[in-house]
Order: sequence, then structure tokens, then C-alpha cells
Amino acid sequence: MSGNRERTGNREQGTGNGDSTDGWVAGARPATATSGIVENPFFEYLLRVADDRLVLGHRLSEWCGHAPILEEDIALANIALDLIGQASLLLKLAGEVEGKGRTEDALAYFRDAIEFRNVQLVELPNGDFAATIVRQFLFDAWDVLVLERLTAASNQALAGIAAKALKEAKYHVRHTAEWVRMLGDGTAESHARTQRALDDLWPYTTELFLGDAIDAEAVASGSGVDVESIRPRWREMVEQVLGEATLTVPKDGFAPRGGRTGRHTEHLGRMLADMQSLARAHPGAAW
Amino acid sequence: MTDQKSPASAPAAGSPDDAARVAEFEARIAQGESIEPKDWMPERYRKQLVRMMSQHAHSEIVGMLPEGNWITRAPSLRRKMVLLAKVQDEAGHGLYIYCGTETLGVDREELVDQLLTGKAKYSSIFNYPTLTWADIGVIGWFVDGAAIVNQTMLAKASFGPYARAMVRICKEENFHKKQGYESVATLANGTPEQRAMVQDAVNRWWWPSLMMFGPSDKDSPNSADLIRWRVKRDTNDTLRQRFVDLTVPQARAVNLTLPDPDLRYNEETEHWAFGEIDWKEFYEVISGNGPCNRERLAARRKAHDDGAWVREAAEAYAAKRQAVSAA
Amino acid sequence: MPNETASSVGASAENAETQWDLWEVFTQEGQGAPHEHAGSVHATTAEHAMQNARDVYARRGKLVSLWVVPTGAIVASAPSDAGPLFDPGNDKAYRHPQFYKTPRGVRGL
Repeated sequence: MSGNRERTGNREQGTGNGDSTDGWVAGARPATATSGIVENPFFEYLLRVADDRLVLGHRLSEWCGHAPILEEDIALANIALDLIGQASLLLKLAGEVEGKGRTEDALAYFRDAIEFRNVQLVELPNGDFAATIVRQFLFDAWDVLVLERLTAASNQALAGIAAKALKEAKYHVRHTAEWVRMLGDGTAESHARTQRALDDLWPYTTELFLGDAIDAEAVASGSGVDVESIRPRWREMVEQVLGEATLTVPKDGFAPRGGRTGRHTEHLGRMLADMQSLARAHPGAAW
Repeated sequence: MTDQKSPASAPAAGSPDDAARVAEFEARIAQGESIEPKDWMPERYRKQLVRMMSQHAHSEIVGMLPEGNWITRAPSLRRKMVLLAKVQDEAGHGLYIYCGTETLGVDREELVDQLLTGKAKYSSIFNYPTLTWADIGVIGWFVDGAAIVNQTMLAKASFGPYARAMVRICKEENFHKKQGYESVATLANGTPEQRAMVQDAVNRWWWPSLMMFGPSDKDSPNSADLIRWRVKRDTNDTLRQRFVDLTVPQARAVNLTLPDPDLRYNEETEHWAFGEIDWKEFYEVISGNGPCNRERLAARRKAHDDGAWVREAAEAYAAKRQAVSAA
Repeated sequence: MPNETASSVGASAENAETQWDLWEVFTQEGQGAPHEHAGSVHATTAEHAMQNARDVYARRGKLVSLWVVPTGAIVASAPSDAGPLFDPGNDKAYRHPQFYKTPRGVRGL
């Protein structure tokens, strides 16, 4: 579960104003890894919101039938279903915004890894139950804050999706926070596994709070989230639960990034090879 | 952490089932009364129910695996969600029935142990592999279809907790069969590759689905008691025939052939007559030599073993909380 | 001879494996409806039980309320009590409206 370390010289936190190896230059029109120019910034933005959920939902669905106890098979499937449902609605909206006739399935099954816009955190392999729960908790705590803001989006469809998703996210964070406590303050083994998972995943959380020009444009249009601004509240929520769980908050340091512009770990390609294989074997078929 | 049982007290070990009590018990059943966990019951009734219910629960859990095999590859977002919801339901069904079994004085942990050590049986059908996406639709159509025929009968079983679990399950199962048939119909009307895929799946799943109802009752040792005790209300053969009669027209409606050259409608009996089942295959599969028995159990064992530290952690956490509040 | 008076659930035999406690779940389907027994779940704390109950029993339909109760906290009547506890309620016809004859045509009764 050590993901692919990005070879970028820029290891600072803060906004992603990178050097030219990141693919765009501060102040210029933002570029993506594929086209170099972003035609439709709002479409790009929606892909980011959607892809986080699609990829994370897919990862969670891998647990079905293999969870530590039956009740948790049901609970994880519940979260996965909520996330995939949200992704489906968001991709449908994205396709409409793009205006080129791509359905949610076309976007989900016929884009290559380099066209996906999720953060790297969500594409990492699941690891053990501690890693899955820690990753989910860190995401859920962020998700609630993001969705709270998106319910006020000027784009009505997005606001509507966010309102429903917010109720789901509030339940998700309740579930995963409780598990973080149980595992952190359970046995010596569960504590060790959870601390290790936290140490491994913490670097990937920085990307959740990196905003770039795409985000800025979405915010300016009234339908985005200033992700940098939600970091303090996220830290407060997360540190509260980690404290209750007797876990140590890792230090900030190395911070992988790039998912938002298509620079993913090697894990995503393999995940998509599995996810997309059947659909791609029968292009144009209905299911 | 103290173990707690459901509000049942199993009959004291060693108390003889005297004739009067048995007669009274059987009279209650004949009158259509429900037997509840705290009621007196013959030891053999209790044992049969534990066997039947736990086998049923195991089947739901193991059944998550062949279908779960295709969740990550589901070819559309809608199908992905539908399949995930279906497998989630199966976990829930297993859970309802395990909890119902626990009212008879046995712990879920014991039952799971019997499954994982190979002592307990589960439905033979789940020992077959899902080789293509079409298998998923066909399973919903045939396997859930067969299960519905069985469960509709069990919803009137004499043991209260089992009957109630069945009612809940029947309500949920309806979408399982429907989505399966919808998928099959879509494939049957799709590309030539999709048509071939679903016909092949039908060819592989038809006979194992008929075997799900179990051997003919003359070969089934428990049937007579179970019928007298209204745990089963129909014979295996009756239920199998019901399933065939329902399914043949459904296959014709989508132009799929069933792999039985002897299938023909009998005008007099108004039933579909069908060919001989290869019971040798059935006995091989239930004795552990089906295509996937070893893989299924290995997967369940791994989930259980890998999850031990998690279950212990949850218990340890709760124990600490209790100690704190007791102090 | 098992104890046949109203009893709380007794402790069970030892288990080699760990086992989460059993909780009974009651659901209320709609405002004003009574809570009904839906089944049970295994869980360790009350919060955990509440979440498991929600995931298992509240996936469909409009539930407005959920109760979870440790199984051991439930005190149940014993079957042998049924006669003394419940039969007397069945044979007091004066508790039912049909017992009373009133003149025809008088409204509001």
C-alpha cells in the first residue's frame, strides 16, 4: 500500500503552484496531463468530485464477501453504494456540462487512467481493515465539509446531489470514526495496525486541500469549494477522533499529489483494467 | 464480555421427550400454531431446525462469493450498484437466519466454525464458478428464482423466528430475481456475443439449479418429519416442478433454450416434464468435490481468520468502556 | 427442570472464540406506529449496535425510529405463564363494546 512516489521536486504544502514538470505554470491557463489546455473548467471540476467517489466506492466494494464480520460486509457495501451512486449522478451531470454526449458509463468505463481526476488517496489498494477504515475516515471527515459547501452551489443540479450526499456522508463519518476509536483503542495489535495505516496514509491527505485554478474558477462561479480553507476544521475533527483513539497524529512532510491533473499512482491503471475490462470488450453494447 | 443468548431457554439437556408432550406439540402444529423459542419442543425438532436454518444461512453467506466475483467488473454503473446491493442483501439474509438460529440455543460462532471446518453443508449451487457476466443474470433468474419457490413455502414454517426471517427475505428477494431476468433479457436481445454468452450461461446453470431442490423425497431422510412438523410443507419434487413450470415460459419469452432435450409440456398434468437429473454430480458436489468447494471455504476461512484481530479489537474497546462506566 | 417463571436471559456456555454481544432490534415504520421487533444483530457497544441495526434493518422503507436493546435486558414471559397471564384477559366480555346493547339509531356511540 506504499503507492507510487511522485517524482516531483516540489515537496512543499500549500497550493499546487508547481514548476513546469507539474504540467502547468502558475498564472497561465491550467493544463492537464493529456490535452495541455482545459476546455471546460467546470466539466474538469465535476470530474474531480465524481472520480473521488467512483474510485473510492470501487475500492470499498472489493471488500464485499471478505469483511471481518457479516455486519461489516453490509456496512461497507452501504458506503460503497452511496459513493458509487453519487459518482453516477455527478458523472451524468459532468457529461451534460461537457455537451459531447458522453453518458456516465462512457465516462466511467472509457476514460484511461490519465484522464481520471481523483486524488491519489482513494486509488490506493485497500490494505488491511485498519488501512481501509483510516482512509475512509480521513476522506469522510473531508467529504462532510466539502458537501456542506456544495449544497450552496449555484449549479442547482450539483447542489441537489450534494444535499443528498451530505446526509450519507454524515452517516459514513459516524461509522468510520467509531471504528477508528475501536481499532485505535482496542488491542495492542489493532492499535499498531491502525497507527501504521495512519502513518502511511497521512501524506496523501495533503492533496485533499490543494486548490488550483480549476477550483478557483469553480469557487468564483459559485459552485466550488475553497479546499484550503477547510483544512483547519478538518484537522480539528480528525485530531479529536484520533485522540480518543489514542493514536498519534503524524507529522506533515512528504505530500504526494497529481491526481487532480491525471498524474496517478500505478495502482489506478491496474484498478481500471479490472473495472473497465468487460465494458471495453463489448464497446457499444447495452447491459 | 459475557455471552448473551436470545430470550430462549433450550429444553434442559437429558429431559426425555415424553409421549404426552410430543402429542401436545404436534397438535399445536397441526392447528397451525407458531412454535416460539421458549416453547417446549422435541429435541429432534430443535436439531432439525438448527440444521436447516444454519445450512440456509451458510448458503446465503457462501452465495456472496460467486456473485461478488463480478462486482468489480460490472459493465455499467447501474449494474454495479444493483449487484452490490444484491450481495449486500445476501449478507443480511444470512444474518437474519443466523440470528433466528441463535434463538435455539446455539451461537453464531459455533455455526460459523462448523461451516469453516467443512462439517456443515450449504447449498450445492454455490460451488459452481461464475465464468462470465451472463452468469450473474442467470443466477438471479434461476438460483434466486428457485430460492423464492422454496422460501415462499418456508414463510409458513411452524418455527416463528424462521418464518418471520423468511417473510422479510421474500420481500427483499423479489428484486433479485427480477434484476437477473432483466439482465438476461438484455443480453438475449443484445449483440451476437452477448447472446452467445447468456445461452452458454443457461446451459451451465440449468441442471445445477434443478438440483438445488434436493434429491427426490424418497431419497431424502429428513423429509417425513419435517413435513409432519410443518417445517417443510411441500416435497422436493413438488417444489422442483413448480420452479420448472414457472421458468420454461420465461426462457421462451427471450428465445433461450434450456439444455434438456426431454423437456415437453404434458397436456394432461399441465406440467412441464423434464429429463433425468444426474444425481451423481449432485452427490459429488455436496461431498466437497464440486468445481469451487475448496475455493469457497478457503475464501470464507481467510475472511474469518484475517478478521479475528478486528473482532477482538471491538470487544476490547467495549470492555474498556464498561470498566470505565462501572468504576 | 428449566426455570419456567419470567426470567431474564441466562448466561450461555463458554465459547472458545470471541463473540460480540447480541442485541434485539425494534423499528418504527412511520410516525405514530408502534415499535416492532425486527430481529437481532451482534455488536459491542450501543453506538455500534445502533449502526449495525440501521445497516441491516433500515435499508428499505421509511423508518423513523430504531431501538436496540441488549438481549440480556429483555425479560420475557414464559410459555407456562401464558394461562395465568393472558387468559383472564380473554374472558371478560364487559371490556368489549359488543357486550353492551344500546337502542338503535342513537348516534355517537
